[in-house]
Amino acid sequence: MIRLVDVNKMYPTQDGRVHVLCDVGLEICAGERIGILGRNGAGKSTLIRIISGAELPTSGIVQHSMSVSWPLAFGGAFQGSLTGIDNLRFICRVHGVDPEDKIDFVEDFSELGLYLREPVKSYSSGMRARLAFAISMVIEFDCFLIDEIVAVGDARFHQKCNYELFVKRGDRAMIIVSHDANYIRQHCSRAAVLSKGRLYHSDSLDEAFDFYASETAMAA
Amino acid sequence: MRQPSEEVSATSLAESWRIQRRVIWALTLREILTRYGRHNIGFLWLFVEPMCFTTGVTALWTATKAVHGSNLPIVAFAVTGYSAVLLWRNMPFRCIGAVPSNLSLLYHRNVRPLDIYLARLILEAAGAGISFIVLVLFFHFIGWLELPEDVLEVIGGWLLLAWYGFGISLFIGALSVSSEAVEKLWHPISYLLFPLSGAAFLVDALPPLAQKVVLMLPMVHGVEILREGYFGSRITAHYDVGFMVVCNMLLTLFGLAETRKVSLTVVPE
Repeated sequence: MIRLVDVNKMYPTQDGRVHVLCDVGLEICAGERIGILGRNGAGKSTLIRIISGAELPTSGIVQHSMSVSWPLAFGGAFQGSLTGIDNLRFICRVHGVDPEDKIDFVEDFSELGLYLREPVKSYSSGMRARLAFAISMVIEFDCFLIDEIVAVGDARFHQKCNYELFVKRGDRAMIIVSHDANYIRQHCSRAAVLSKGRLYHSDSLDEAFDFYASETAMAA
Repeated sequence: MRQPSEEVSATSLAESWRIQRRVIWALTLREILTRYGRHNIGFLWLFVEPMCFTTGVTALWTATKAVHGSNLPIVAFAVTGYSAVLLWRNMPFRCIGAVPSNLSLLYHRNVRPLDIYLARLILEAAGAGISFIVLVLFFHFIGWLELPEDVLEVIGGWLLLAWYGFGISLFIGALSVSSEAVEKLWHPISYLLFPLSGAAFLVDALPPLAQKVVLMLPMVHGVEILREGYFGSRITAHYDVGFMVVCNMLLTLFGLAETRKVSLTVVPE
């Protein structure tokens, strides 16, 4: 289970402190899939970082009793001067997994072939995204964090990612953060809306979508 | 294929220690690869680079017949002095900017700013230590340098200096996250501290008033201990282990407090 209680996050800016998250509460049990809808600037990425433990809240409690992934397919942590394999080794070591068993899987899944042994800075953005997704699948987590739609590579590769994530890891908890209601409808059983730093829970998916639609309409 | 979940809300101390060691090891290996790569001599640069420094200074001091106030051989004097300088002067530079340039690593929740600092410091200390040992053995082999009289005391002095380097580096590195002035100021400060640090003189050769002044600097005590271990009865060393330990503890405390402040406020990119 992951539990957030009265989480607040403030950032200092030139014009004083900005309240990015206000009294956010959230609970995710094992195997549950929850979608979080929010427009640009609603605080989605901040919320994801706080759930993942990468960032600490200004006040409030974040409890984990299951392991949580980093934001899925996140390629920002790659060191450009290192090869794909060296980046894989680093991430495996950090998470306590033997990297040598995983090279074959990443090589096969990412379809990078001999480029896996070249520096990541020579990769195209598509190649980076494929490597990032493949590495995300190497460490087994109880809960996956998915920031925006995982649209990696061409349609066929996209299919492969969906199978790996939603079918093979169908028993895991997932938190999907997106501004796309359709994507959340496809994959989640429950949704909440993040608006102006507050997280609004609802009883059904439709209720959440209606609320999100009215929020969006109001802003337009 | 599933592995047991290992993160529980209240991680035991032993478990934390295991994770910390694992993360620091991963960061250290990554640091070696990014800094030295696999080209030419690769990670051997770790100690070849400081060796070049020490050898250069040794050559310079020998050529200019540097006055250091004793009848000790200049080679021995330079090797013991400059190996000490490498510790406290280079370590803070490795920590300045270490967190901002590695912000994306913080997405792996077990990687904390302290781990990034520790990995770099361990590497720096290892490089300085290996270069010291290799140089002593090399100069001994060609007959320019005798081996230390009391190896344990040399190690003790070196460890005190390394600890001092750890403390001041954590403090300066973490402080530099919130203020760029720290980096700008540390350059002149470290430069000005070098001639006062005891690397280029023996405290005993100074007039009494100057002795009092330089002994206010903790690293002077460390260098004196290291030299006493090396030359033993041939010099009169001036130091106070208690003073250096207290300074080191205070610096470590401030360093850890400042690092904690960074961990609480840092925003991964």
